[in-house]
Amino acid sequence: MDLDFTQEQEMLRTSARDFLTTECPKTLVRELEESEKGYSPELWKKMAELGWMGLVIPEEYGGMGMQFFDLIVLLEEMGRNIVPGPFFSTVVLGALLILNAGSGEQKKELLPKIANGEAILALALTEPTATYEASGIKLKAVAKGDSFVLNGSKLFVENAHIADYIICVTRTKEGANPEDGITLFIVEGGTPGLKCEVVPTIGLDKQCEVIFDNVKVPKKNMLGKLDKGWPLVARTLEQATVAKCAEMIGGAQAALDMSVNYAKERVQYGRPIGAFQAIQFYLADMWMKVDMGKNIVYEAAWTVSEGLPATEKVAIAKGWANEAYKFVTERGVQIHGAIGTTRDHDMGLYFRRAWAGDVAFGNTEFQREMVARHLGL
Amino acid sequence: MDFSFTAEEERFRAEVSAFLKKEITDEFLRDFEARGEFDFCPEFTKKLAQKGWLAMAWPKEYGGGGATIMQQLIFSEEAGYFGAPTGAHRQGTNLVGPAIIARGTEEQKKRFLPPITRGEVVWCQGFSEPNAGSDLASLQCRAVEDGDDYLITGQKVWTTNAHRAHWCHLLTRTDPEAPKHRGISYFLIDMKSPGIEVRPLINMLASHDFNEVFFDGVRVPRENMLGEKNQGWYVSQVTLMGERSGIAFPAMCRRLLERLIQFAKETKRNGEPLAHDPIVRRKLADAAVQVEVNRMLAYRVAWMQHKGLLPMVEAPASKLMGSELMKWLTALAMEIMGLYGQLQQVSKFAPLRGQIARMHMYSLGMTIAMGTSEIMKNIIALRGLGLPRG
Repeated sequence: MDLDFTQEQEMLRTSARDFLTTECPKTLVRELEESEKGYSPELWKKMAELGWMGLVIPEEYGGMGMQFFDLIVLLEEMGRNIVPGPFFSTVVLGALLILNAGSGEQKKELLPKIANGEAILALALTEPTATYEASGIKLKAVAKGDSFVLNGSKLFVENAHIADYIICVTRTKEGANPEDGITLFIVEGGTPGLKCEVVPTIGLDKQCEVIFDNVKVPKKNMLGKLDKGWPLVARTLEQATVAKCAEMIGGAQAALDMSVNYAKERVQYGRPIGAFQAIQFYLADMWMKVDMGKNIVYEAAWTVSEGLPATEKVAIAKGWANEAYKFVTERGVQIHGAIGTTRDHDMGLYFRRAWAGDVAFGNTEFQREMVARHLGL
Repeated sequence: MDFSFTAEEERFRAEVSAFLKKEITDEFLRDFEARGEFDFCPEFTKKLAQKGWLAMAWPKEYGGGGATIMQQLIFSEEAGYFGAPTGAHRQGTNLVGPAIIARGTEEQKKRFLPPITRGEVVWCQGFSEPNAGSDLASLQCRAVEDGDDYLITGQKVWTTNAHRAHWCHLLTRTDPEAPKHRGISYFLIDMKSPGIEVRPLINMLASHDFNEVFFDGVRVPRENMLGEKNQGWYVSQVTLMGERSGIAFPAMCRRLLERLIQFAKETKRNGEPLAHDPIVRRKLADAAVQVEVNRMLAYRVAWMQHKGLLPMVEAPASKLMGSELMKWLTALAMEIMGLYGQLQQVSKFAPLRGQIARMHMYSLGMTIAMGTSEIMKNIIALRGLGLPRG
C-alpha cells in the first residue's frame, strides 16, 4: 500500500495551483460564464503549453505520456479553481475515448491536435431522454454509400458549440438488448446539418442542444466497431465519472477552506463565529465529507487507472462526491450568512457547480442503483 | 498511489480469516450469547495468545509480535468482520499495556506485561467519574500519600468488566491545587484490594458490562504508580500511539450488510423479494457507500501511522464516522426487517440469530464511549481546522 502521491504528482499539483491562482481568477470565471464561448483562448493556449491537454496522451502523439491517475491530480486542482472551458470534454471525454478506441489513423490525426491545444472536442452522448443508460440512445445513424447519415438530437452536450470534433453516440441497430447496436462517430464541427444551441444551465457551463439533421459522416470516422460502441461508452463513463469526482472534491475543498477562513474572521457577539460550537460542528462535518471523499475518489481512480474492475468503486465515489459537494456548499452558504447567497460571492460559484456536477454522469440515485445491482440485489 | 496489499500481507489476512472462520462459528456465538455476553470471552483471548496475535502490536522484547501497523490493520479488519470478542483483553493489550511499555519501570514491565501477552489477566479502566465524563481531566477520585503507600478514595463509573477484572488502571487526583491536567496520577490497582466495592450497572440489553466502583481508603503501594506523580494525564495519552484506524466498525458493518443483502434476497414481502423494493435497494446501496468510504478512511489512518505520522484529526474522524455508521446501519437493518427486527435473540422467529436489535442497542454506546461524537467534532474543529475555542 502506498497512499502518497509521487513527487511528480505533488509538483504537478503545486504548479497547477500556482498557475491557476494567477491565470484564472474568479473575475475571469465570471466573465467566461457570461461569455458566448465559455472559455478563454489565451488561457487554453497557456494550458496547452504546460502540456495539460496532452498529459495522458502518449509521447508518440505529442503528449506527455502520463497516467490516468496523474490526470486526477490535475482535475482536482481545476475543480478547486473552477476553471471554465472545454478541458474536461476535450481530454477526459475526447482524448481518452480516442485513446481507448481510435484506429491508428484516427489517433495520429487527432491526438497531436488535442495535445497542442488545436482541437476542442465534445461528446454527444445524452439525449432528451436524459439518461446515461444505453436505452436512452435514439439518435439514428444509417449507412448510405461511403457515409452514415445521422438524424436526431442530443442534449446536455458540453462545449458542442465550440467543438472542432463532436464524438456522437448513435443507434445503428434496434434490438432486444439496448446496449447492442450503438455506434460512435467522429463528426467535424460545422458539418452541414449540424446545429448547436447553448442551453442555459445552473453551472453556466455551455451545455448544448445539438440537432443532427441529415448529417453526413464518412465511414472512416467511425470510432470503434459498428454496433459495438456501448462498451467504449461504458469505459469512458467510468473514467469520466471518477474524473468528475476529482473536480468536485477539489471544489468542495475550496468551499470548505473559504468557510473555515470566514468563520475565523467574521465576528458576532464579540467573537469569531468559528468559536461557536454550532459552526464548529458544521465545519467538522464538512471536513469529514471532503476528507473521506478524497480517500474514496483516489481509491476509485487508482482502480480505474490500474484497469481493475471499477464499476462499483466508481459508483460509490460519485455517490459520495455528489453529496459531499452539495453539503459543503450548502453549509458554506449558511456559514457565510446573507452574503453567501449573492451573485457576487464566490460561494455561489461553487454551489452552482456542485449541482451541475451532481447530475453529470449520474446523480446519487443513479449511482445507488449501480451499486445495488453490483450487490446482487 | 497503490491501494493493494503485498502478497505477504494477503497471506496473513488469509491465515487470520481462516482461523476466525473456524473459531467464531454460530455455535461459538450461541454459547457465548447464552451466557449473556456480548464481547467477553477469556477462552478466545487465550487462543489468540497462542497464535501470537494477542499483543501482536507490542515490541518483541516485551513479548509482543512486533507487527507492523499494516498487519495490525489487517488483523483488526478481520476480527471486526467476524465479530471476534475482544472484551477480555482489549484494556490490557491496547491501553494499559502500551502505557506500561512507554512509561513503566523495568520492574513494572516484568511484572505486568507477560500476563497480558498470555491472555491471563483482565483489566478494567478507572477513568470516568460521575462528574468527569467528556471532561475527563476534572476527575476527583483522590490519592493521598500515606508512608510508602497511597490511599485512594472516590468513585468511578462506566467501568466495563470491573466485576471480572483482576486489575484496574486508574486515574486519580494527587494535587487538587494544580491546574486540572497537572494534578493527576496513574495507578495500577489489584481489584482484590480491601476497600473496593463494585456495583453493577445494567445496560438496556439487560447485559452486565458496566459498573460503578467505589474506593474507600484503598491502600496502593507507591511502586504501583505508573509514570511520575502528577503526570498521569500525560501517561494516559501515550495509548494514542497504538493502531487507531477504527477499521473494526466498517468491517463489522460490512458483515452486517452482507447478511442484510442475503436477507433481502431471500425474504418476500407482499409477494416480492425485498431486494426488488426500490427503497430497500436504495438504502442498502447507500450502506455499501458508507461502509466503503469508512473503510478507506480507516486505511488512511493506518497508512499515516505506518509512516510515523500522528493522525490527530483523521483517527477521531474515523472513530466518529465508524460508530455513527454502526448505529445508522443497525437501525436501517431493524427498519428493513420490520416486525421481525424487534425480536430478541432467544426467539425462534428471529432472523439473523436475533442479532439486529441487540447490535442496535449496543451501538448506542459506541458513539459515547472513548470520546463522544461531539468531542470528536470538537477535536476536528479545534485541532484540524484551527478554529478558535469558544
